Amino acid sequence: MSNNILAITVGAILVNNFVLSKILGICPFLGVSKKLETALGMSGAVIFVMTLSSLVMALIDKYVLSQTFMLAGTVIKLRFLEILIFIVVIAALVQVVEIILQKFSPPLYKALGIFLPLITTNCAVLGAAELNVKAGRGIIESTIFGTCSAIGFALALILFSSLRERLDLAKVPAPFQGTAIALITAGILAMVFMGFSGLV
Amino acid sequence: MMIIITAALFATVLGALLALVIGATARAFAVETDTRVETITEMLPGVNCGGCGYAGCADFAKAVVEGRTIPSQCPVSTSVHITRIAEYLGITAGEKEKVFAVIHCGGSCTVTVRSPYNGVGDCRSAALVAGGAKGCDFGCIGFASCARACPFDAIEMRDGLAVVHPELCVGCGKCVDTCPKNLITLAPAAVDVHVYCSSPEKGPVKLKVCKAACIACRKCVKAADSETQMTVNGFLVATNYSNPPLPDLVEKAACPTKALRLATKHAAGAYEGVSK
Repeated sequence: MSNNILAITVGAILVNNFVLSKILGICPFLGVSKKLETALGMSGAVIFVMTLSSLVMALIDKYVLSQTFMLAGTVIKLRFLEILIFIVVIAALVQVVEIILQKFSPPLYKALGIFLPLITTNCAVLGAAELNVKAGRGIIESTIFGTCSAIGFALALILFSSLRERLDLAKVPAPFQGTAIALITAGILAMVFMGFSGLV
Repeated sequence: MMIIITAALFATVLGALLALVIGATARAFAVETDTRVETITEMLPGVNCGGCGYAGCADFAKAVVEGRTIPSQCPVSTSVHITRIAEYLGITAGEKEKVFAVIHCGGSCTVTVRSPYNGVGDCRSAALVAGGAKGCDFGCIGFASCARACPFDAIEMRDGLAVVHPELCVGCGKCVDTCPKNLITLAPAAVDVHVYCSSPEKGPVKLKVCKAACIACRKCVKAADSETQMTVNGFLVATNYSNPPLPDLVEKAACPTKALRLATKHAAGAYEGVSK
């Protein structure tokens, strides 16, 4: 069990990094990586949402999607509605959490700010839930995988935003300025993370 | 067919259920917000300059509603807007002395250059490399860090010298901290006479690198209506802002280096050429 958890942790953060090796969650990776400060806010929100959604999606998987129901005399399995259920429930879940946060923890609500509603339908969040189902992980393992994937996302985002802050001061040839050099940097960063492959 | 009906049915039920949950949470955990804060935020300029001391216009509006500050603390709003906000809340607007930024340097960057500087085009970066390329160690190094920080475009770069336009400056003070040479101070907007030099070095040393330096000849001190209007600090004279001289002092004193200037005329370009 503990061995398995270690494999999940290292695997999700470094080897199969969500952004740099699975290419999930590219939109916020490029969108909110211009400043380290916003990247930190986004990272916090992603870790929070992915942990929560992985837990709830694992529960839904176990108690709804894996069960058979009887409706008008026919046996129905809801497995084919997996993606639809996941994305809608995640979106609703984040909304509810946001409302509750605003009431009970204004500082946390302020810190997460705009990023919380921004990632309700992020593919990294959905991807974590989907990958958990595919790998057949249990509830605890799913939650750990969700958290570690989000930490991996945060790691990539923080590294990349720091690089971009430095890039702003570098002399870049005119055709490569802006997004072009950012994408090249992201590619090199992804190649660096390839060095971790085979670790798990 | 059955599968389509199931999917549609389930999606509808799920949607309705989640809508119910969100609606119920929103109702149960509703946070009461003061609508006045939003109205006042809309009445404010919305430039978020921070000149009032709060983190942006929304934060200032909140502080005004909660009575922690007065509407006139906003340096950008005109008195008409401030009165409108005060009337809306039924409080007194109060009064605040208008200030504006003065960049105490009148020597353009072309005067004497110690060495070429090819680094990052920012004053703070340039100042890290042996204090910048300018001959004078205490002058404006002309990379426009202050001009970029200004939300109102009130600072113009003229011949490598930052010049404040008093009519555009609202005195928010955003530029003050950006200057690595600490040249910028906030002075009362009513005062027009300023010494455009910050170098504490001796007169001859200053003159070697700049023709617009204050050499502390005290002509202006003697010409002033009262002795306390201009204060001498070592080899540098400065306007006493608590007892300011009248604008005609510039003419009366006939400053030999023209370091004593009127801010309005300085902005209009009346002293150009002096610095070269």
